Amino acid sequence: MAIGETFLGLLESRPRHGYDLKRAYDERFGQGRALAYGQVYATLSRLLKSGLIEVHGIEPGGGPERKRYAITDAGVTDVQRWLTQPEKPDLYLQNTLYSKVVLALLTGRPAADILDTQRAEHLRLMRELTRRKSTGDFPDQLICDYALFHLEADLRWLELTAARLDQLAKEVSA
Amino acid sequence: MTAPRDALISAIDLHKAFGPTPALDGASLEIAAGEVVAIMGPSGSGKSTLLHCIAGITTPDSGRIVYRGRELSGMSDATRSALRRGEFGFVFQFGQLVPELSCLENVALPLRLDGHKRREAERRAASWLDRLEVGDVAHKRPGEISGGQGQRVAVARALVTAPRVVFADEPTGALDSLNGERVMKLLTEAARDTGAAVVLVTHEARVAAYSDREVVVRDGRTREVELMNR
Amino acid sequence: MTGPESLGDTDEPGIGPKNLGGADELGRGLTAPGRVGVRRWFADLALGGRLALSGGRESWTRTTLTAVGVGLGVALLLLSAAVPNILASRTERISARDDLRLSQSEIKPGDRTLLVSDFDTTYHDRGIRGRVLRAEGPAAPRPPGVAKLPGSGELVVSPELGKLLAAPEGALLRERLGGTIVGTIGDQGLGGPLEYAFYLGSDTITAGDGGARRIDGFGSQYEREGFDPVLLILIVIIFVVLLLPVAVFIGAAVRFGGDRRDRRLAALRLVGADGAMTRRIAAGETLLGTLLGLGVGAVVFLAGRQLVELFTISDMTVFAADVQPTLGLALLIALTVPAAAVAVTLLALRRVVIEPLGVVRHAGATRRRLWWRLAPSALGLALLTPLIGGVSQTGPAANEYQVAGGVVLLLLGVAALLPWLVEAVVARLRGGAVPWQLATRRLQLSSGTSARVVSGIAVASAGAIALQMVFAGIGAGYTTSTGQDPNRADLQFSLRNPAGHAASEAIAARFRDTAGVRSVTSYTTVYATGTTTPAGPDVPPAAGTVLIAGCAALLELADLGRCADGDVFVRQPSGEPGEWPGPGEEVLFGDSEDPDARRWTVPATAPTVAVRPDPMGNMPAILATPGALPAGDLRAGRTEIYVGLDPARPDAIEYARNTAAGISTSMSIYQLTDRQESTRFTTIRRGLYLGAILTMLLIGASILVSTLEQLRDRKRLLAILVAFGARRSTLSWSVLFQTAVPVGLGLALAVGTGIGLGAVLMAMVNRPVRVDWGSIGLIGAVAAGVVVLVTALSLPALWRMMRPDGLRTE
Ligand SMILES: Nc1ncnc2c1ncn2[C@@H]1O[C@H](COP(=O)(O)OP(=O)(O)OP(=O)(O)O)[C@@H](O)[C@H]1O
Ligand SMILES: [Mg+2]
Repeated sequence: MAIGETFLGLLESRPRHGYDLKRAYDERFGQGRALAYGQVYATLSRLLKSGLIEVHGIEPGGGPERKRYAITDAGVTDVQRWLTQPEKPDLYLQNTLYSKVVLALLTGRPAADILDTQRAEHLRLMRELTRRKSTGDFPDQLICDYALFHLEADLRWLELTAARLDQLAKEVSA
Repeated sequence: MTAPRDALISAIDLHKAFGPTPALDGASLEIAAGEVVAIMGPSGSGKSTLLHCIAGITTPDSGRIVYRGRELSGMSDATRSALRRGEFGFVFQFGQLVPELSCLENVALPLRLDGHKRREAERRAASWLDRLEVGDVAHKRPGEISGGQGQRVAVARALVTAPRVVFADEPTGALDSLNGERVMKLLTEAARDTGAAVVLVTHEARVAAYSDREVVVRDGRTREVELMNR
Repeated sequence: MTGPESLGDTDEPGIGPKNLGGADELGRGLTAPGRVGVRRWFADLALGGRLALSGGRESWTRTTLTAVGVGLGVALLLLSAAVPNILASRTERISARDDLRLSQSEIKPGDRTLLVSDFDTTYHDRGIRGRVLRAEGPAAPRPPGVAKLPGSGELVVSPELGKLLAAPEGALLRERLGGTIVGTIGDQGLGGPLEYAFYLGSDTITAGDGGARRIDGFGSQYEREGFDPVLLILIVIIFVVLLLPVAVFIGAAVRFGGDRRDRRLAALRLVGADGAMTRRIAAGETLLGTLLGLGVGAVVFLAGRQLVELFTISDMTVFAADVQPTLGLALLIALTVPAAAVAVTLLALRRVVIEPLGVVRHAGATRRRLWWRLAPSALGLALLTPLIGGVSQTGPAANEYQVAGGVVLLLLGVAALLPWLVEAVVARLRGGAVPWQLATRRLQLSSGTSARVVSGIAVASAGAIALQMVFAGIGAGYTTSTGQDPNRADLQFSLRNPAGHAASEAIAARFRDTAGVRSVTSYTTVYATGTTTPAGPDVPPAAGTVLIAGCAALLELADLGRCADGDVFVRQPSGEPGEWPGPGEEVLFGDSEDPDARRWTVPATAPTVAVRPDPMGNMPAILATPGALPAGDLRAGRTEIYVGLDPARPDAIEYARNTAAGISTSMSIYQLTDRQESTRFTTIRRGLYLGAILTMLLIGASILVSTLEQLRDRKRLLAILVAFGARRSTLSWSVLFQTAVPVGLGLALAVGTGIGLGAVLMAMVNRPVRVDWGSIGLIGAVAAGVVVLVTALSLPALWRMMRPDGLRTE
C-alpha cells in the first residue's frame, strides 16, 4: 500500500494534522486495520524530507501531533504522476486501485481515466498471455489461463467500479 | 486525432441519437488494415451503434466515416449494400443463420448475394467450413447444430467473401468460455491469414485479449486509451 | 371455475416472462389440489379465454384477427343460409300476384271479375312489368300491394318506377305509359325492392278478341317452373365451390398467430401446465376468438344485408327483410363453427410438442401419407361415375345428394392432396437463384401452412373451372341459335288483327312516321289447318302459316317471278306428304276447334315457289296478296311489323316502343337477336365469377396475414441479411416465390381436378367434353393477381423490417 501517496492525496484538498490524516486514512482505506502512529509519523517525516509536504503551522502545546502539514507543489506533481501511472497487474491490487480512484474523486481528477488506463495495462498483459497460450504447450496454456482468469476478475471489478463511479463520488464527498 | 497513414476506416466525431437518447455522442475511431480492434464499454454505451455506423448499416446523424478514401455517409443505400456484400463480413451474437438453409448454403449465401455461381460459392463455402472445423455439419440445418458450431459457421460465412473487414458484435456472447475462445482463435487466425481487419465488440476481457488494441466507448464517446497505451 | 381470486386481476399484461400474460395466475390455479374432471376442464378453457383477452397486445391482436376472420366467414355462411328464404319469399311474392288463368273453365263477367292485359315493356334495358286492369264490378279483385284499383288513365307504380318517371331520364317512358300516378305498389306486390312495375287502369280493354284475360282473383294455383335438374346440380356445386373455401378460410383464421400462441403455451408449461392442459387452454383461446367471431359475423351479416337492396342481378333484386337465414341452418352454423375451430386447433397441436423450453415441430418427422389423401377424390369419382349419361334437362330429378356428395368429395380431395403435393414437389426443388432458394427452402421446412391456406384457392379454382366447362358445354343447349336475322330488322311488333291487311298497313304507316325508324315491313299472318283427313293415324294434318302482304314485301321472302294483287303462292313441298296445304286444298283459319272458323281453299292454280325465312326465322307455307282472300276471313289474323332502326339514334327503339304503346298496350314487341342465352345462366355465371374472385380475395387476405406474421417473426434475420448486403429486391422476390409456388401448385392441381370434374359432369348430362381454356386462363389470372397483391401488400412491412434496428436483441 502506498501510504505516502495516499497521504499526499488527502493533503491536497486541505492541510491536516497528523492525527487527522491517520483518521481519514483509517476511515477510507484502513479496512478495519488502523495505521500505527509510528508508521504515520515515519511516513510524514519521509515526505517532509523529500520536500513533498511542509509544516503549515504548529499549534502551541508542543508534541508531534500538534503540527499541521500541507502539500507542496512537488507533492501535487507526485500525486498526479502516481495516479496516472497504471499499476503493474498483480493479484490483490485492488486496494491500491481503490485508493487511487477515491483519491482521484476527492481531488477532482477524472477517476474514469484511472480505470481505463489500468484496463489498458491489464489488457496488454492479457494479450501477451493469450499469445503465449496459443504458442505454448498444454501446461503452459493452463498456467496462462489461470492468470488470465484472475486478470479478468480484476477487470470485472474495474468495470463495475467504473459503472458506479457516480455513486462512489457521492459517498466520498459526503 | 490524426489518422495513421494506412487507416482503412476512419470515423470522425460521430453523433447518433434515437429520439432523445444519444447513442453516439462524439465517437471517433480508426482501423488500420489487418488489425484486430476490440470495442469495449459498458452495456448501452453505444458499441453496437458505433459498429453499425462504421459498417454502413446505419448512418450517423453527423460526423464522417471514410472507408479507403471514400466517404461512407455520401453513398446511396445500394452502394453501401454492395460494399457490405463485397468487402465486409459480419458475425453476430446469435440467430444469424437462415434457419431453412443448410449450413453450407448459409455460408455460400454472401457469395451468392454477390452474384457468384452456386457451385463455385458452395465449393468455397465448404473449404471454409473445413477450416473452421465444422465441415461435418455442412448439410445440417442451423436448428440441428450446437451454438458453438453455429458461431463457427457464422464466422465461416463472414470470411467466405475474403472481406477486408469483419465486424463482430459479441460473437461469443452466447457461448461458454472454452467455445468462445475457440471461436475467437479461429476468427482472429483466419483474419490474420487473409489480411482482414476485425472490429470486435465485446465486454469480455478474455475475448478482447485476442485483439491488437482496444477502444473504450463510454456514454457514446470513445476514450483515447490508445494514446495512453503508447 | 378456478375461483375469482385466481382469475381476478389480469389487467397488467406483458409482465414477467416474455409474452406470458397470466402465467403466475396459472401457477396459482395449478396449486388447487384435487380439481379433476369437468370442472378442471372448464377452468382450463376459461383460462384460455382469459389469456386470449388479457395476455397483452400480442394475444388480443391474435384474438381480433381470429374474430374478424371467423366473422367474415360466418357472415358469408349466414348469407348462404339465407338463400333458401330469399328464393322462397321471392317465389311467394311472384306467385301471389300471378294473373294467368290457363285452361280453366270460363269465368262469367260479374261483380267480382277483372280484365287484365299485359303491358310489359322495356325502357333503356330495364325490364318493366306492366298490366292494364279494368274492373267489371265493384268487388273486382285487387293485385297484392295495391290499395285501390286505378281508374281509367290512372297509374299505380312501384317506387323504383315512380322515381324513374319523375326523373328527366324517364320522359319517353312517361309518354309511353300516359296516365297520372295515383298510388304506389306496396312491397308485398313486388318481386324485389328495385323492381319496375305498374298497373294502368283502363275502361276500353275487352276480353276475347280484345286480348284481355278475365280473372276473379290473383295468385297462382300452379306449381311454378322450378329449376331443372341440371341447373339444380349446378347450383348445388356452386354452393360447394364457394363455401368450401370459406371453411378453409375459417380454418386458417383460427390459426392466425398460432406460432406465437405456441410459444406462449411453452411459457405456461414452464410454470407447470401439462400437455393436456395446454391443449385445453389453446382450445379455450380459440373458442373465445371464434365466439367473438360469431358475434362479428352476425353484426357484419345484419349490416351487410341492408346493402343487398342496392344490387340488381339480371333484373332481380332482393328485399333486405327476405335475407333471413333459415333457423336450422343458422343454428348449425352457430354450433359447427366453434366446434370445428376447436377441432382444428387440437389437430394443429397434434403436430406440435409444446415443451417448457420451447416448441418442437414435427414437420419433417411424419411424412404425409398419400393414400388417405387420395381417398376423398376416389370416393367422389366412385359416386359420380354411375351417374354418367343419366341426367338430362327434361328427365327426372337427378339424385342431387349423390352429385353434391361426389363433387364435395372430389373438391375436398384437392384440399387433402395439396399439402402432400406441395411437400413432394418442394422437396425436389434444388438450387436456383438466391430468392428462389430462400423461398423453396422455407417451404421445405414448413409447407403445411401455405398449402393449407392455398387449398382454399385451389378448391375455388377447381370448382370454378369445372363449372365454366359445364356452362360452356351445356350452354350449347341453353344458348340457342334463334334463326333470327337482326340484319333485316331490329324489332318485331305483333298484334291480333281481325280486320285484314289494310289495318296492318295502317299500323305500319304509324311506324314509318316514327323518329329513328329506317325501314318498316308489314305482314298479316293467319294460321291455317288443312281439312283433309290425314293419311294415317300418326300423320298430323297439313298446316302452316298464310302470310299476306303486298307484292314488294312478298318479294323479300321468295322469288315470285310475276306478282299482282290477287295472286297466291305455295311453298315448294319438301317431299313428305301432308306437311302443309298445297294448291286446291281446303283449310280452316285459326283455331280448328272454333265452330266459327273460316274456311278457304288454296287456289288450284297457285304456283309453288322457293320460300326464304322471314326475319324471325319462320317459313310461311302460303304467300298471298291482300286481294286473294276477303278481309272478313282473317278474324284470327295477326299483324306482324318488322322495323329497322337508325343506329345513329340511340333512342330510336324507345320511340318505336312508344308508337307501339300508342297503338295498343297489348302489342307484343320482340327484339331480334341471332343468339340467345338462358338468362338463368348469365346470372349463375356472373355470380360464380364474382364468388370465385371474392373467395380468392378472402384467401388472399389470410395468406397476407400469415406472410406478415412470418415476416414479423423473422425481423432479426431480415436485418442480418441486410447487414450482409442483401438487396431489397432479393428478399421481395423470395416473398413472392414463397406465395407463388404453393399457389401455382394449387392451381395446377385445380386445373387437373377441375377439368376432370368438368368432364365427368359433362358426361353425366351427355354433352361432349370441351375444355374452356378461356376461363382457365381467367381464373389463373385472378390467382396470379392475388399472389401479386399479397406480395405487394407485404412489401412495405418487409422493407420496414429490413432496417438495422432489427439487429438489436429483443
Ligand atoms: N434502434 C434503437 N432505437 C432506440 N434506441 C436505441 C436503438 N439502438 C440503440 N438505442 C439506444 O442507444 C444506446 C446505445 O445502444 P447500443 O446498442 O449501441 O449499446 P451497446 O453498447 O451495444 O450495449 P450492449 O453491450 O448492451 O449491447 C442505448 O441507450 C440504446 O437504448
Ligand atoms: Mg450491443
